[in-house]
Amino acid sequence: MPVTDIGAAAPRRWKRPPILIRDWRWRIAIYGGGLIYLVLAIASTEVKWERVYRGLDRGWLFIQGFLYPDFSSRWVDISQGLVESLTMSVTATVVGIIISVPIGVGAARNMAPLPVYLACRAIIAMSRALQEIIVAILLVAMFGFGPFAGFLTLSFATIGFLAKLLAEDIEDIDEAQAEAIRSTGASWVQLVNYAVQPQVMPRLIGLSLYRLDINFRESAVIGIVGAGGIGATLNTAIDRYEYDSAGAILLIIIAIVMVAEYSSSHVRKWVQ
Amino acid sequence: MPISTLDGKPAWKHRTSRQSLALWAGWLALVALFVFTWQVMTKDTNWEYVLDAPTVAADLGSRMFPPRWSYIEKLWWPMWDTLNIATLGTLIGIVIAVPVAFLAARNTTPSLYIARPIALFIIVSSRSINSLIWALLLVSIIGPGVLAGIVAIGLRSIGFCAKLLYEAIEEIDQTQVEAVTASGASRAQVIDFAIVPQILPAFFGITVFRWDINIRESTILGLVGAGGIGLQLSASLNVLAWPQVTMIFVIILATVVVSEWISAKVRHAII
Repeated sequence: MPVTDIGAAAPRRWKRPPILIRDWRWRIAIYGGGLIYLVLAIASTEVKWERVYRGLDRGWLFIQGFLYPDFSSRWVDISQGLVESLTMSVTATVVGIIISVPIGVGAARNMAPLPVYLACRAIIAMSRALQEIIVAILLVAMFGFGPFAGFLTLSFATIGFLAKLLAEDIEDIDEAQAEAIRSTGASWVQLVNYAVQPQVMPRLIGLSLYRLDINFRESAVIGIVGAGGIGATLNTAIDRYEYDSAGAILLIIIAIVMVAEYSSSHVRKWVQ
Repeated sequence: MPISTLDGKPAWKHRTSRQSLALWAGWLALVALFVFTWQVMTKDTNWEYVLDAPTVAADLGSRMFPPRWSYIEKLWWPMWDTLNIATLGTLIGIVIAVPVAFLAARNTTPSLYIARPIALFIIVSSRSINSLIWALLLVSIIGPGVLAGIVAIGLRSIGFCAKLLYEAIEEIDQTQVEAVTASGASRAQVIDFAIVPQILPAFFGITVFRWDINIRESTILGLVGAGGIGLQLSASLNVLAWPQVTMIFVIILATVVVSEWISAKVRHAII
């Protein structure tokens, strides 16, 4: 048996393999391109440092507003904004679910024929591609200022989100159960009711709660373009440089989101 | 499974009567809640406006089409700004998110009772405030412009990236950490040789994913004065130049589709 000196053949020092991109030419090209882009991007960014410096006191005021929030002096506006936001998100979530369930079933390839599938997928793609703010701008122009336009915006956004995830969930169901129901001579409605619905219901409930959470967060934003809710109040507070009221509003938003996230994760655990 | 007797034969039912009563009460409560919130929400709604909407929509549609294609020449520079806001903002966000994620992950945090709650609070507050609100604040603090947009996107990205990253850190294979520790490695070396290689694909995936979202969000930041194509949108909306608004919508839609495609490609290549 020939004896090879392993110790002599192996290099003395271990060198760490390069990250992700193995070919050194590609590596240089990609890193170099990234560097050139960064230089160009930073060079073309106009920053008025003098203005930034002047704004530092205001930044400090804002941090103080966060630490000593003022809930009382604008409480009427804040509570009205909050009520609008909360009611908007609840109604929009409910209406969104009611519309997105049939669309979601239609967008599942194993439940719907091709034309229905394509139509439903097109609706979903449209709802997902248009951002909330853009939809809100258009709907405010059509329906006037106020929470009704916000409600329509959030419902529209909910459809794309829920229908897409529901459709994916339906496509992933256990086919054996659907097969069993089908073999009893069940109609399509019975198939959906007895084979699909029990399998996707826990996830649908979880997704709905998650979407309620998202809708509340979004309702704070679309107010900026006039669609009602706490965002409008926040916009006014910042425009008047009332950072203590703005801090109070932001703290309320953070608190509600935290509570919603915490309780929805509990409900989801309990449902699943 | 409850079985009751009907005409002397056993009859199968899905739920006990108590369960079905509870279910029914739950649905009733949900409907009541919906009706109540609907009443509160539409208290001040001007229904004349709402009923008038179809005519307004038709009118708006006739003004919006065709888009003013020649306006695109004025949009290239704002688009470049928008791209920079998203990219530089993502970089700032991810740079700050990495230490926050290591502080927040159960298996790497230096202290479970001090550092971890602070890191989690940073993540929650960054996540619950939308970038448009951050931009609104920053514009009033450091003045309108691209910088406010970059910082707003950065602040918003911290929470998102740190949350996904710390979940990835918590899911690593612990045996590799043990192996490196057994070789006598220091804490920093353990992180460098045992943890970082495991989370690197997730790290790049998260970055590209967030960049895609940031492109989407940075297109509208200009509405509150934070630079990018949103400034043009806001200017066109203020003078009711609807054909220009349509043109901007087309550009935004195209950008969103392209960035989503790039991000899907890159994530596919990495993972």
